[in-house]
Amino acid sequence: MGIISAIGNTVAENYDALIEGRKGISRISKINTIQRDEIMVGEIAASNDALIELLGLPPENNYCRTALLGAVAAKEAIANAQITDIKKYRTGLVSATSVGGMDMTEKYYYDYLTDTSTQKYIDGHHAGDSTQKVAEQLGIEQSLVTSISTACSSAANSIMFGARLIKSGKLDRVIVGGADCLSKFTINGFKTLMILSDTYSTPFDENRKGLNLGEAAAFLVLESEEVVKAENKNVLAYVKGYGNANDAYHQTASSENGDGATLAMEKALKVAGYEPSDIDYINAHGTATGNNDLSEGRAIINVFGSNVPDFSSTKAYTGHTLAAAGAIEAVFSVLALQHDIIFPNLNYKTQMKEFSLRPQLALKEKGLDAVLSNSLGFGGNCSTVIFSKQA
Amino acid sequence: MKKVYIQSVGSVSAQKTFDNSEFLDEITEYYDTIIFAVNPVYKDYIPPAAARRMAKGIKMSAVASKIALTEAEVENVDAIITGTGMGCVRDSEKFVSAIIDNDEAYLTPTSFIQSTHNTVGGQIALGLGCKGYNFTYVHSSISFESALLDAKMQLELDEASTILVGGVDELGDHTVAIHRAINHIKLKAVSLGGLLSSRTEGAVFGEGANFFVLSNEKSDTSYGELVAVDTFNTLQKGKLIEAAITFLTQNDLKVTDVDLLVLGNNGDIEFDDYYRVLQDGLFSETQQLYYKHLSGEFNTASSFGLWLASKILKTQTVPGIVNLNDLSASKLDVILLYNQYRGLNHSFTLVRKC
Repeated sequence: MGIISAIGNTVAENYDALIEGRKGISRISKINTIQRDEIMVGEIAASNDALIELLGLPPENNYCRTALLGAVAAKEAIANAQITDIKKYRTGLVSATSVGGMDMTEKYYYDYLTDTSTQKYIDGHHAGDSTQKVAEQLGIEQSLVTSISTACSSAANSIMFGARLIKSGKLDRVIVGGADCLSKFTINGFKTLMILSDTYSTPFDENRKGLNLGEAAAFLVLESEEVVKAENKNVLAYVKGYGNANDAYHQTASSENGDGATLAMEKALKVAGYEPSDIDYINAHGTATGNNDLSEGRAIINVFGSNVPDFSSTKAYTGHTLAAAGAIEAVFSVLALQHDIIFPNLNYKTQMKEFSLRPQLALKEKGLDAVLSNSLGFGGNCSTVIFSKQA
Repeated sequence: MKKVYIQSVGSVSAQKTFDNSEFLDEITEYYDTIIFAVNPVYKDYIPPAAARRMAKGIKMSAVASKIALTEAEVENVDAIITGTGMGCVRDSEKFVSAIIDNDEAYLTPTSFIQSTHNTVGGQIALGLGCKGYNFTYVHSSISFESALLDAKMQLELDEASTILVGGVDELGDHTVAIHRAINHIKLKAVSLGGLLSSRTEGAVFGEGANFFVLSNEKSDTSYGELVAVDTFNTLQKGKLIEAAITFLTQNDLKVTDVDLLVLGNNGDIEFDDYYRVLQDGLFSETQQLYYKHLSGEFNTASSFGLWLASKILKTQTVPGIVNLNDLSASKLDVILLYNQYRGLNHSFTLVRKC
């Protein structure tokens, strides 16, 4: 797996920050927005130029920031999985994005019409372009390469689709994940919905004020059992279960009782062949909006009753990275399994009044066999993926 | 593994395709570089108050999906899977231009909400009260095929029994303007009949929504069987024939088993030679059809191609307007579709009479 987020440019850096309780939230520096003083974001320190240099791209490249972040994370994932010949097995790529090339579009929107030097970015106008560039960077050719965009649940759905492609025998290996950069478009969009916090976000806290937007990319390499055997691979974790459901309640808000999230978790448990008690840790969606944390908390109670396992949201570290979030948190879930450790839910002070749920507040060492990760989004989209230590 | 059947179709396109009792009986001619969908009477399908608030892409999809669901005689489905290249792009344009024009002030959330790519899938789910699986694929010219493949795998594995699948894209002014600026849209108007002989760069852009109910149970009214879908991020011209043969072989078919070849030619002199490889080579003795002179080019135009193939299988007729060569198939059982856009994101789709 590979990752770049506000708390680090590699898996190791992200892990260190998680362990040390170091969040990557700050005032925005790279986008000139009038909202600067009213929001906090999870911004990646590296500039586009630095990322271009890191990737060794020619100056005439037309990569948007989403593609740059995606390529960095995907390359780490390939190296981490010790893949030297990408063409050896039927290898595909499924990536998620919601922002895509919007950073360039909003920068050159009117210039496109007259300034030919900006027109190279028009090809990045469609959401699949950043995925194509990641495929190019990995050397994936003549294969299945596609993109998913289901708002904030997108990358969890990439994992789900990738797992199904392997299960059905269509591919032997799928690189799955997602990437989203910060943009004026999303900053202002969430601002109009009045769900951005002007300070550090506080998931599952009674006085939560909204989310911090973040930018990130993460990819995981899924391989079939045959590939694992043939290559004598070390397996980091298993995609044990997955479930997707729709809240069918409201275009942007989650239902008060979390019907969709409840269904997604139940489906995932069923696919895994698990009882709720088999889950040792929940990496919650926990965006710190009033609506999400209430709805998700109720859904967790619906599924787990009075035996809710340890849970935390890691969004106070990274910000809400939208379409990438499911992949970021998949990496964190796998890290939790690998190290038998639960990451704390930062910034929490006050118990929510609607229920007695209290997230894990301190770093906790504990033997973990199964971690459940939730991703919920606009359009009622609810996704759950379960990762396990054993097949 | 279970087989997958196309149970119904629903289409809103630049032709009058929303009436399933007809099959391209009347053709809407044009002389233009972009063509808009022929609007059905929306209030026949959607409550007028709701329709007023809806983006065009949502509206077209609401109608197309309703037609498909009605024809399949199902009230709900296990999953809704949508493909769209750009989503409700007019709302994206509206929100970006508002940000720039007003320096981030005076913004309202409506266009931001509708700009989210999965708005269409979410709205259909809301309308149906469908809490099932809901995915949206957004990958240029294989957006729809990705949705189709996802649905097919779930039906084959019996993880679902009925799935609504669709492709939708709408035209937006700014998107048209910038694609015209880089010659992806033709500079000079062409007529419907003159698309392929224009010898100019770019395509005629269009819009539309084509939805299908797929099931793993055959019925008397099934249109046909969806046999296979394959997509390729890249595919060089020199590898195209090999890829086509491999695809057919994987499905136990030979070139001569293909009765009709449906191609995505869009009249772009720079990229139609991909189709030429199959037209002049492997399938020179096969009846060939095209459709983008009717639908226009858009990221999910190939969903119109599948609509065409489905209608042919069911009616066992080929409307003369779609003929690309002079050959005439002796039977209409096996149809192969091939599409690409600007040399990228290629797809093969295979359907068969059932």
